[in-house]
Amino acid sequence: MILQIQGVSKNFGGLQALQNVTFDLPEGQILGLIGPNGAGKTTLFNVINGVYLPSKGRIIFQGEDVTHRNTTYMAHKGLARTHQIVKPLNDMTVLENVMVGACFGREGHGLAQARKIAHEVLEFIGLSERADQLASSLNVAQKKRLEMARALASRPYLLLLDEVLAGLNPSEIDHMVDVVKRIREQGITIIMIEHVMHAIMNVSDRILVLDYGQQIAEGSPEEVSNNPKVIEAYLGDPKLAQRLMEGAE
Amino acid sequence: MNTLRNHLGLIASLVIVVLIGLGPIVSQNAASREVAFTVLRAIALASGLNILLGYTGYVSFGHIVFFGLGGYIGLYMITAQGQSLWVAMLLAGLSSAILAFLLGKSILRLRGAYFALATIGVNEAVRAFINNFEPFGGPIGMSVNFGVYQKYGGAMQALNMSFYVMLALTIVVVIMSYLVKTSKFGLGLLAIREDEDAAEVMGVPAPDSKTWAYVLSAIIPGMVGALFFFKNGSIEPAEAFPLHTSIEMIVMVMLGGQGTVLGPLLGAAGYQRLRGLLLINPLFKNIQLAVSGVVLLIVILFIPAGVVGWLRRRWPQWRRVLQ
Amino acid sequence: MDLLLASLVDGFLLGFIYGIAAMGLTLIWGVMNVINLSHGPIIALGMFTTYLLFMSLGIPPYIGVLLAAVIGLILGVIIYLIAVQRVIDAPHLSSLLATFAVNMIIIGIGTAIFTTSPRNVDFRLGALTLGSITLQYTRIIAALIAILVTGGLYYFLYRTRLGKYIRAVANNRSAAELVGIPSNRVVAISFGLGTMLAAIAGALIATFLPFTILAGGTYETKSFVISVLGGLGNPVGALIGGLILGLLEGIIPAFTQTTWVPVIEFVLFVIILLVRPNGLFGAKE
Repeated sequence: MILQIQGVSKNFGGLQALQNVTFDLPEGQILGLIGPNGAGKTTLFNVINGVYLPSKGRIIFQGEDVTHRNTTYMAHKGLARTHQIVKPLNDMTVLENVMVGACFGREGHGLAQARKIAHEVLEFIGLSERADQLASSLNVAQKKRLEMARALASRPYLLLLDEVLAGLNPSEIDHMVDVVKRIREQGITIIMIEHVMHAIMNVSDRILVLDYGQQIAEGSPEEVSNNPKVIEAYLGDPKLAQRLMEGAE
Repeated sequence: MNTLRNHLGLIASLVIVVLIGLGPIVSQNAASREVAFTVLRAIALASGLNILLGYTGYVSFGHIVFFGLGGYIGLYMITAQGQSLWVAMLLAGLSSAILAFLLGKSILRLRGAYFALATIGVNEAVRAFINNFEPFGGPIGMSVNFGVYQKYGGAMQALNMSFYVMLALTIVVVIMSYLVKTSKFGLGLLAIREDEDAAEVMGVPAPDSKTWAYVLSAIIPGMVGALFFFKNGSIEPAEAFPLHTSIEMIVMVMLGGQGTVLGPLLGAAGYQRLRGLLLINPLFKNIQLAVSGVVLLIVILFIPAGVVGWLRRRWPQWRRVLQ
Repeated sequence: MDLLLASLVDGFLLGFIYGIAAMGLTLIWGVMNVINLSHGPIIALGMFTTYLLFMSLGIPPYIGVLLAAVIGLILGVIIYLIAVQRVIDAPHLSSLLATFAVNMIIIGIGTAIFTTSPRNVDFRLGALTLGSITLQYTRIIAALIAILVTGGLYYFLYRTRLGKYIRAVANNRSAAELVGIPSNRVVAISFGLGTMLAAIAGALIATFLPFTILAGGTYETKSFVISVLGGLGNPVGALIGGLILGLLEGIIPAFTQTTWVPVIEFVLFVIILLVRPNGLFGAKE
């Protein structure tokens, strides 16, 4: 097991953002994390990578209890993530952005080696021509790819992807799904939050559904999309429920 | 040849510093030496500050506290302990570094305007404390006994020597600034400046990096303080911790372009030059400060990236030189 | 003992005036997240308004205060439109430096006109003797006016339409714009109100203490201390913070030399920033 989440809860004042979430993630899998807006998906990411301390429960990463560790520590241990709202380092070049990942991530390379890795990763993700541009000059789709590139450059064991498909057009989505699959082929474990149902159903080995901070279902894409609880949770948004069904086909 | 090309940014900056220093050395004119000393001092202070302000993005409004503290420690060592200027400067740099380290561990947690306010508070607190601290002469301060200068071949010779030491310190700070900027450590600082949370997620150890940036940015101002007040012959609280000069340091960095090696250098030289011109112009002499204010306002409103930042954007192919 | 009591009461009265100066600073922060570094020079301009009107035209200082208020308000709106408006959404450094540039301009021109020699409004109303302590009437009236101004500000912020607009913009500018509040004009007026409070504070201080064109700087740093003490962006906090500072300044000299007052003030300031950055009474988020 690369990651074990044991009874994790998180409260913000009176709001229960996560309630007793528990799951194990085997190495090399892609876990899809879905649920209506405000279900606590991003909060779960923030708890896993040490942005927030959980109010209750334990987080075990590669056999080590990392419940109280901060984000920097997690990055050094081999955890990388992207942000739902992209956070480019605006006044630095695309290459420099990716070099930060390589320099300060798990392998902690020096500048020369980091530059080499950054070029490789940019090639892999398709941003090579932009390497010397300022990150602020990229469009949204490119900024999402930049987030991925930065995360990959740190050579993580586990990658958390927070809505990397949101706001992309269909051809960009196809490209990104392809990238995700190729990342998995490198042996990197992935948890991804996504609203684009057909994509996530297609790419995930397992799906976990959160609703109001509770884990309401878990299983293969087929099991989850036929689960009455899940359909009920999505009832507020019939279109979404329909997309959910379509995705499983 | 190739390595030379890679370090064009450093070379350009060093050439400017040396040219400023060479003027009075060639002419052997005492007045122009004093002008050059002031310009070099401004460059050293601004370049030191730039490591924190420009690279790391933390606005230290009270950075002059290191200059003042260095001056006091230095003069105390020279007058009360009978130490040489060299020991005094070393200890001054060290005490500034220690103060910066302690502050780094505490107030660098604060972000944005809160940090800026805290640095003002620290400067004012240290100034008020020294005003009451009898070993440092309280409100009267300390002065150097004329005999001290005999060690250095008399007062005239000591003035001359101070200039060379100032030039050396300025060269050191420019090299330091360049090394930080082009290092892995510097890359981490830039990441913190752009987005501290994202940087930490990528594994940049922000609290430690910020503290060391603060320490590096404090050492040279501390040493400059010791040298300046040694040359000045006396020190008192109001002279050592002027908040106004502290903010002028920020202005110089902004004017030239924060976050670049060359920027603070051009900003400091340009600002001092402008002030010099205004002071000898009968029309502007009395409202020199107001004219400087207008210039600052225009820079902030219309070219916030500073001269070097603007040039870098205008001619990206020159980036290698405009580090 | 009597001396301590007298200095305590003096400090308390002064505290009200510190309070309104700090309220000006904190109001501007609360509405637009800008620390106004031209606060001190505006305080000094308030002082000189009273001084000039009284010394050259013989206009009583308390009418001078009224005029200082008007000048402060207009000047604030002008400063906002020229220097602050463009950098309001930029990083903090920009607005700090823009207002500092204004500081340099005012001080530069002020020094050229008035020099830095000390001034004194030669105005006396005698003293009130209560048992063993003596209080200058000028201080009492100044404190009363400060209380009146505070009350007026509260009435304005909570009872008038414009005041409610200001609070709405302070709370959430984009939401306020959505419901049709002309936010730019509201922010401009808020800046003017902040500087108006500074000018009033200066005008009142001038009625009983000597000053120079540079004197505003001291009161500006005091305003920082008070604002942080009371929680940046919290006007009531600023008033209470002002009273605390005034009382401290009254008490400390009884135990040690006056010169230790700023040491204690600024150490307290840094400690509060570190331990309770939201101040003793909570800041505006």
